[in-house]
Amino acid sequence: MLDFRLYLAQRISAMILAPLVLLHLGVMIYAVQGGLSAEEILGRTRDSLWWGSVYGLFVLAVAVHAAIGLRVIVAEWFGPGKRSLDLLMWLVMLGLLTLGGRAVYAVTLA
Amino acid sequence: MREEIGKIQVQVRRGGPDDGRLVDYEVPLLASQTVLDVVTWIQRNLEPALSYRFACRVGMCGSCAMTVNGRPRWTCRSHVTDVMKDGRIRIEPLRNLPVIKDLACDLSGFFDKWQRAEGAFVPTQTRKDSLAPIAPQEPARQAASAGIECINCAVCYAACDAVEQNPEYLGPAALNRAWTLVNDARDGGNRARLQAVTGPGGCQSCHSQQGCTSHCPNALNPTRSIAGLKQAAARAWLRGEL
Amino acid sequence: MIRPHRSQPLWYAFILHRLSGIGLALFLPLHFYLLGLALGDSADFDAALQWTEQPLVKAAEFGLVFLLSVHLFGGLRLLVLEFFAWTAAQKTLAAAAAGLSFFVACGFLLRAI
Repeated sequence: MLDFRLYLAQRISAMILAPLVLLHLGVMIYAVQGGLSAEEILGRTRDSLWWGSVYGLFVLAVAVHAAIGLRVIVAEWFGPGKRSLDLLMWLVMLGLLTLGGRAVYAVTLA
Repeated sequence: MREEIGKIQVQVRRGGPDDGRLVDYEVPLLASQTVLDVVTWIQRNLEPALSYRFACRVGMCGSCAMTVNGRPRWTCRSHVTDVMKDGRIRIEPLRNLPVIKDLACDLSGFFDKWQRAEGAFVPTQTRKDSLAPIAPQEPARQAASAGIECINCAVCYAACDAVEQNPEYLGPAALNRAWTLVNDARDGGNRARLQAVTGPGGCQSCHSQQGCTSHCPNALNPTRSIAGLKQAAARAWLRGEL
Repeated sequence: MIRPHRSQPLWYAFILHRLSGIGLALFLPLHFYLLGLALGDSADFDAALQWTEQPLVKAAEFGLVFLLSVHLFGGLRLLVLEFFAWTAAQKTLAAAAAGLSFFVACGFLLRAI
């Protein structure tokens, strides 16, 4: 159901996510004052290698973390077979990578 | 004979694996009475065919565990007055184990998992060697000591949601046993053991809910042992040994 | 769902971690979609950001910040107990994660309104 390597991937992605989420919380609390605007957000992120790499890594780690997490939850609560679990995990991972990658591209490079 | 100080309304699960039902009994309440005393009183006075398991009656053998008012407990050392709610007690067999009859469970699957977790000592020396010198204050010895007083009662196993949701999961008791051996300097089976406890249903299935730890009658901490296995296994994986 | 053997603080910590994880995973596609609007007309992106100014959306954001924070701090507790060192005060740490997250979410809300 949960391979030890998947467990490790889940924990390693968590270790990568921890500082990124801390940063994300900080930026949110900082940026939300006075309302959000496209100009303000894009002014910070456009053409920034730093924000591009940070959010790129963020999306990668969260796609892995969420896909494995949902796999475990669905396995324990609904008990489908291993093939359905594999399919679900890859769909979630690829879906989040695609949508997340597109979002990072939109706010940094486009 | 101790003096009767009241009555207890007792519900006992009776029947085979598939026809379980709760049956009501009224039992005299006595001072210092244990839940096992209650079950024995019912068996001797009301229901001679009642099946249950016990041996030592003093918290050593680990055979009398049952579910009491929804929680797994060692019945021989659970006082009625501590567990009774509004004068009522519901006694059922342990969770997560197949019922044989009434309150008796089949524990073979539970003990098979001790074998699957490589819970047997693998000697590295012979009787011709001298005793291995192990200082009591060594960290590994202390880690082993912390988990070694397990009486195999399966209370932790019955308290574990991960076992309920994944029948393959080795469970807290077997993994705790594996952890004590990982810390045994005389043992030579760790590579196979770490492979076994990271295989299907291995230590990675534990969510650290600590139901095992909060119910263990001997106040052991299987969650901590399993965390130790996770860490040792992660190191083994880095060394390419898994 | 809350049965007698589960009525202990660390089971609540577990279920909070799991439910917050599910909530965040469900929210992520929407989050990514809204950011993706920046690809097209920046007016659309601004309109979406304006939409988040509604009180109800702000309340939902408060909830999301709490979920993210409690998943972070609760997760750190688990990483530490699994890979660093066991500490006896697990229940205290779990409660601290929830309490701290409430303050983080309040901090966010106070700056947002």
